[in-house]
Amino acid sequence: MTALLAARDLHKSFGATPALAGAGLEVDAGEIVAVMGPSGSGKSTLLHCLGGILRPDSGAVTFEGRELSALADAERSALRRSRFGFVFQFGQLVPELTCRENVALPLRLDGMPRRRAERRADELLERLGVTAVASQRPGRVSGGEGQRVAVARALVTDPCVLYADEPTGALDSLNGERVMELLTTAARERGTAVVLVTHEARVAAYSDREVVVRDGRTRGLERVP
Amino acid sequence: MAIGTTFLGLLERGPRHGYDIKRAYDEHFGADRPVSYGQVYATLARLLKHGLVEVDGIEPGAGPERKRYAITAAGVTDVERWLGEPERPEPYLQSTLYAKVVLALMTGRGAKALLDVQRAEHLRLMRDLTQRKRDGDIADQLVCDHALFHLEADLRWLELTAARLDQLAATVSS
Repeated sequence: MTALLAARDLHKSFGATPALAGAGLEVDAGEIVAVMGPSGSGKSTLLHCLGGILRPDSGAVTFEGRELSALADAERSALRRSRFGFVFQFGQLVPELTCRENVALPLRLDGMPRRRAERRADELLERLGVTAVASQRPGRVSGGEGQRVAVARALVTDPCVLYADEPTGALDSLNGERVMELLTTAARERGTAVVLVTHEARVAAYSDREVVVRDGRTRGLERVP
Repeated sequence: MAIGTTFLGLLERGPRHGYDIKRAYDEHFGADRPVSYGQVYATLARLLKHGLVEVDGIEPGAGPERKRYAITAAGVTDVERWLGEPERPEPYLQSTLYAKVVLALMTGRGAKALLDVQRAEHLRLMRDLTQRKRDGDIADQLVCDHALFHLEADLRWLELTAARLDQLAATVSS
């Protein structure tokens, strides 16, 4: 079986500093893979390359058999908007919009009428247990609630792949666990693959397998049978 | 901690007397609890019986005879197997893992692979516990959390050790 998402021999430097030096990774549909490693090891850069946010200097990222760097910018943006979902550590919600409008935003950008998009948003907010904050602006909600809203927004388009970069990094243990529990349950229900960047083992333990990045290279490519 | 296998690892660098083995053991691994002479000779007798070491020479002296011990091929195989197998993840494992890392470096085997194998084993157990926690009630959750936090501490230690291997290698091989 061909992997849903595959990266091979990725190299990426920022100026003279190499961030990736031959990293590779494969993710199957519906699989949850944790990318671990110390700070500065290149794991976020790897995620950004996999998600089409960064273009690697060399090597290839393929999604459903198509190479991302071969796509036109507009195609790649469309892919990011409708087939991929993203959750970051913080600061990702639009402060001027309510939580409901934030979750509905990716659907609105794809041209869905407001009422339908907000109905979908409400379903997701309910699934993530944050219906109560739907009409609030992000500045008025707690960190844990904000992250659950962000997960709802990342999943609202039913993406094939959810990219999560330290999604619990700014939360305490209890809220972090709640986010991971909901994120992984919602992803499994939908068959969404998850690429989860974390330096915390307790967060990585929610995955099916882990890949370790050290000095821009990946190790531990073995799969769970 | 597996004193016998640790002795074998120390002997792999070359034959030694019981006294030298004790000194090397205490220097590297006995900071908290040095090994007693009784333990040293009982352990060597057991290794001898199992064919993992052999007497390499005997020096007569005023006091008791001084035997020099050497590791056998079976002993090397034992060390090899011990270093290659992950430890069952459980709290307070550091002393054993530390001994493995030091002996791997001393005997020129390299410790990176050992640390990676152990990390994978720890994460496997953490995954099981996380699943049990998700399926269980509050009591299960608290019991699993306790284990998870301990395993996480071990993993952090594995990560730090991996980052300092070169430094450690320079110390133990000097």
